[in-house]
Amino acid sequence: MKLRSLLPGFFLVLLFFSAALISYIWTPFDVTLIDIKARFQAPSATHWLGTDHYGRDMFSMLMVGARTSIAVAFVAVGIGMLFGIPLGLAAAANSGRFIDETIMRGNDLVFAFPALLIAIMITAVYGPGALNAIIAIGIFNIPVFARLSRGAALSLWKRDYILAARAAGKGVARISFEHIMPNITNLLIVQGTIQFSLGILAEAGLSFVGLGAQPPTPSWGRMLADSQTLIMMEPRLAVLPGLAILLTVLGLNLLGDGLRDWLDPRLRHER
Amino acid sequence: MIKLGQRKKQLSRALFLAAFVATSLQAAKTDVTIGMQLEPPNLDPTGGAAAAIDEVVYANLFEGLTRFGSDGSVLPALAKSWTISDDGLTYAFTLHSGVTFHDGTTLDADDVIFSLDRAMAEDSTNAQKQLFANIKSVKNVFDVVIIVLNNPDGNLLFNLAWGDAVIVAPESVDLLATAPVGTGPFKFKNWVQGDQIVLEKNAEYWGEPVQLEQATFKFISEPTAAFAAMMAGDLDAFPAFPAPENLPQFEADPRFNVIVGSTEGETILSTNNLQEPLDNVLVRQAIAHAIDRSAIIDGAMYGYGTPIGTHFAPHNPAYVDLTGKSEYDPEKSKALLEEAGLADGFTTTLKLPPPAYARRGGEIIASQLRAVGINVEISNLEWAQWLEQVFKGKDFGLTIVSHTEPMDIGIYAKPDYYFQYDNADFQALIESFNVETDTEKRTQMMQEAQNIITDDYVNGYLFQLAKTGVASAKLKGLWENSPTQANDLTGVYWED
Amino acid sequence: MLRYLFKRTLILLATLIVASLVVFVTIEVVPGDPASYMLGMNAEEDTVAALRIELGLDKSRPARYLSWVTGLLTGDFGTSYTYRTPVAEMVADRMWVSLPLAIFALLLSTLIAFPAGVYAASRRGGITDTIVMALTQLGVAIPNFWFAMLLVLLFAIKLSWFSAGGFAGWDAGFFQAVKSLTLPAIALALPQASILTRVMRSSLLDVMNEDFMRTARAKGLSRRQALWKHALRNAMVPVLTIIGLQFSFLLAGAIIIENVFYLPGLGRLIFQSIASRDLIVVESVVMILVLAVVLVTFLVDLAYAWVDPRLRSSR
Repeated sequence: MKLRSLLPGFFLVLLFFSAALISYIWTPFDVTLIDIKARFQAPSATHWLGTDHYGRDMFSMLMVGARTSIAVAFVAVGIGMLFGIPLGLAAAANSGRFIDETIMRGNDLVFAFPALLIAIMITAVYGPGALNAIIAIGIFNIPVFARLSRGAALSLWKRDYILAARAAGKGVARISFEHIMPNITNLLIVQGTIQFSLGILAEAGLSFVGLGAQPPTPSWGRMLADSQTLIMMEPRLAVLPGLAILLTVLGLNLLGDGLRDWLDPRLRHER
Repeated sequence: MIKLGQRKKQLSRALFLAAFVATSLQAAKTDVTIGMQLEPPNLDPTGGAAAAIDEVVYANLFEGLTRFGSDGSVLPALAKSWTISDDGLTYAFTLHSGVTFHDGTTLDADDVIFSLDRAMAEDSTNAQKQLFANIKSVKNVFDVVIIVLNNPDGNLLFNLAWGDAVIVAPESVDLLATAPVGTGPFKFKNWVQGDQIVLEKNAEYWGEPVQLEQATFKFISEPTAAFAAMMAGDLDAFPAFPAPENLPQFEADPRFNVIVGSTEGETILSTNNLQEPLDNVLVRQAIAHAIDRSAIIDGAMYGYGTPIGTHFAPHNPAYVDLTGKSEYDPEKSKALLEEAGLADGFTTTLKLPPPAYARRGGEIIASQLRAVGINVEISNLEWAQWLEQVFKGKDFGLTIVSHTEPMDIGIYAKPDYYFQYDNADFQALIESFNVETDTEKRTQMMQEAQNIITDDYVNGYLFQLAKTGVASAKLKGLWENSPTQANDLTGVYWED
Repeated sequence: MLRYLFKRTLILLATLIVASLVVFVTIEVVPGDPASYMLGMNAEEDTVAALRIELGLDKSRPARYLSWVTGLLTGDFGTSYTYRTPVAEMVADRMWVSLPLAIFALLLSTLIAFPAGVYAASRRGGITDTIVMALTQLGVAIPNFWFAMLLVLLFAIKLSWFSAGGFAGWDAGFFQAVKSLTLPAIALALPQASILTRVMRSSLLDVMNEDFMRTARAKGLSRRQALWKHALRNAMVPVLTIIGLQFSFLLAGAIIIENVFYLPGLGRLIFQSIASRDLIVVESVVMILVLAVVLVTFLVDLAYAWVDPRLRSSR
């Protein structure tokens, strides 16, 4: 029944992820080619979504923009998971002790910083670009996954079979890896899609103020920024990238919701 | 927060005020609101270099011995008249009498001495110290300012007209940055950081009074916001409107005038002459032929701007049209690269400061260079980083910037200037030019200078920046051209 | 309770100290010399050196950190490099824009979210619920700066109901000032309202399923009475948390919106200061925002603990 979330979500995500992947090997036109004479063309058989203020093909720009957003969000979530999950598991395994407290305080510290502001600071100060954007966004994913893993793991640690394994002498790390991890995977996947969609929004925001991927790499956020003064002349240039962001994020959110209900009906609804 | 009764009162008061303001707008206007992109960091034109400072204070708050007219000519200002000795080394300036500073103190020759000494001092923070480098001494002889030079200098009167040479008083010098005190026809009223600066008419001005009671400079850096503010009537004029793509909309609207003029800004693709392989003149020539100026002017500036073939302003009578030497010819470009042994092309950096001519122009040039095999890595920098990396650190391959100081071809005679061009012949030429006072000979020398730097393909010469201003149709007297960075409001008035 | 309060306060202080270190270190490692930025292209070396001394850039980093922190504690946020005015003044001026904007957006978002969330929860599974859920899905996915651009296109440029940017200033009257904050507040409020609606709804639904609710119903209370008397109060707890979190999102999300609408708020100040490498301003403003976030979290924690005593003993 919750498939009504899952299916549209899945297809939207599939659409944009495919566009991103395909862009690595083919786009209808070269996005680095600027041809002023071909600018502001309306959609046609050659240029399916028309051209922009530099004469570049909008369809190709959107495809490569998809690649930029998705790549940045993907790695950022990856960083969050890579560092956050072990931290969270370690905290849960040593609940109440110093290491747990430290990790919790560390989490709180990062949460205390307004994420977007710090991302802007990092990219502005250390140089704009996709890499720094990834790091900036990634840093804020770490406490999210840490807190999630810790919370879920804590309740699992109380289970009988875990206690039994502990009594039998199994190491904490092994228990975390063999028993805890598999049981929290569903939660992590769902959170992962949410963080992914937030990452896309964050990357778009950073690019919008010029701190994300740099020219000539197309980026949806920067396309929006460039279109601002041209919005009356050619609204299409502002509508299309915005729509792309909206649909990708929507797709991920729907997918996440659907997955949550599909994978574990016991999980709370609509959080 | 606020109680309901109070809020109601405030609301009705606000409505009343709004109605009052609306009706009072109908009467003859005596104040003006001017839009500017960059906010000045402070208001001392002799202490910092931001052009934005001069754009607020030049001719309005501060005056020098001489000043620039709207056509770039050098006119007397605080100096009523002057005489020059036969050997060209001694200048005697007679000042106007009855001139007072905004705080009431009188202007005398000692103030002039003070200002010039201050600019020339060891620890001076004046950004254009070199303007005064040739001055040996400045003395007060019976209220006449005597300036003695080390060498004869055809540029002195011109240099004294710059904003960095305005006259300030020792009594108020410490407050210059935040509460400037000058001799100009406007007085400083107040500054709302990040928003606006308000000037009001100086009733005790020594010269011709201005026709405005109040002038407000509003800072709007976003092109979209600038457009909206003009359209909504929040601004009366935006003399350097940052979004040329919106100009047709203003032109079509009878409420506005679009004032297009020239500036002293040579927009160039600066090339690091000491970095490989850009140190090879063939490579620089290849770059010159790979560039299509019209695409840049259309694509980045939407048609506003005049192509240049050398580092000189086309509106200047001494200008030589050398654009033919760098015509758009990608095939020739590739042939030259092959000749230089770089048939496979090469990679270099393109560092761009914030203005649209740089960011947009840069993207277009990058594409044009890529077409002949030259790959550029674009870095978008803020001004602070650009100054640090490109200007001071000389850590760049290519960059795009507009040099807005008038008659600044002399920068090519400085071998450690950021693009590091070192040509002894050229340096000698400029040295003789600086001491030459005969106008015909000066013109000849300028022409020769232009030819040298073009033949050496020192930089890519793109276009002369246009001054694209938008103003209310009823506002008159704004400068069409920008011979110096200034918003001279002395001749501005509202037509009924 | 007291022990809990003490512990939370200690954590608050520790967080602030570590935060200040992090902020200082992050920013001070920056290349980029404020002095040469101020003096521009043609300035000479000795002029730049003179200015560096004048601005205190020649002192050691630990010394600068200590003087900065002691300044913060005494309310002296230093003097801006570029504007030569006290940072405290600049921040105060900007606060008059950013704070009202954040509050306005918060008000809008709660005004929309509460009724929508309650209504959707009470009509769960019905058409209204579906519509609300669909709208909130869209609201959450829309980038607020894009929404802002669209708002400007429609309401400012096409309809001329609002100006496309700029802040009228409180001197121009309460109404004018609020008017210039309206479009920005709407743009900020939309995603927040969507999130809040969903949280409100789900929180209510959870509570309505609890045992004590069934007891209330069994006692004879009507559905609506049960909703109002018991459900809402208990559902408020997570909602309060979200509102607290929202405040920090609003403060930070406002940065980009301030750019779109050209508002002279804290966000714009940060951008300008970063661009001109005015380190003291950047450091102090970031610290202020961090302080705001930490304080709000602290207060929410306190409120949380006061409402639900079960939470006071452990974390």
